[in-house]
Amino acid sequence: MSSVVVTQDDVKQALAEIPFAKQLGIYPLLMGNELTLVLPYAPHIIGNPMLKALHGGAVGAFLETTAIVQLSLTGGKMPKPIGINIDYLRRGKPQDTFARATVARQGSRVANVRVKAWQENVRNPIAILHGNFLISKDKK
Amino acid sequence: MNEEKLKRLWDMAPMFIEGTPHAKFLGMKFVAVDIGRATMSLPYDKKLIGNAQTEVLHGGVLTALLDQASGLAAVSSFNEMQPVATLDLRIDYMRAATPGKTIIAEAHAYKTTRHIAFVRAVAHEGDVDDPVASSQASFMTTASGRKGANPLERTKDFEDFLSVKSGDGS
Repeated sequence: MSSVVVTQDDVKQALAEIPFAKQLGIYPLLMGNELTLVLPYAPHIIGNPMLKALHGGAVGAFLETTAIVQLSLTGGKMPKPIGINIDYLRRGKPQDTFARATVARQGSRVANVRVKAWQENVRNPIAILHGNFLISKDKK
Repeated sequence: MNEEKLKRLWDMAPMFIEGTPHAKFLGMKFVAVDIGRATMSLPYDKKLIGNAQTEVLHGGVLTALLDQASGLAAVSSFNEMQPVATLDLRIDYMRAATPGKTIIAEAHAYKTTRHIAFVRAVAHEGDVDDPVASSQASFMTTASGRKGANPLERTKDFEDFLSVKSGDGS
């Protein structure tokens, strides 16, 4: 992975392939080859209006998008989720959320990915995803 | 007494979506509710696509639908209904959803303890034996609900929800 140079255009191209990510307003922050995605706060991602808590589904979609974009940068064409686990650790507050993915194992057909989402502090994640994704052998 | 609870559940359940901005945003529809069970649907919409080339729904959209249906099944499974939060959610994606087709999610809280509900759910396109995805989740009653300082109490929108809670003990 470290040998692959990731550019802002690569990330934008990968995100453009995911219309729902655009609906959620997800955008990238790139530092070197390190990709962080941002889920900007918007009223339509709220799950509980009284607690002002983000919807678990919106956070889940964001984690999954982060895994897919990370994999599509390094692992070939549009990866498909096989099975994912999400742990919800804290209530998502009505503010921007960040996520970063780590590829635990990159196989030729399946990749195992871990994704962490946080708000104020990366050491206090609000949700963690781990899952397996089917990847196409065709490299981009 | 169960009949009364059911009636209140049916009165409250549509609000469970109407009062959830993200569920409304995705276009979820309430279908049915029973004690410990819930069914919801999600009509296909191009804005929910996860892959521009295949036009298949984004996996995260199914996550949200399964979470929402499972959440209602969890709420309806407690003796005293109260709001819940998702603790964890596992999803298996069996196949790609067919572009253009409505997804139906059926959830069952198969075990409920004092504060935790364990829920299985399946998402399909009309044939439950040909699922798109299935899930397993656990939900916890929220701390605010447990303390009796339920924030839902402050809103008129959730009067039905609360009338179930207060009426349940009678």
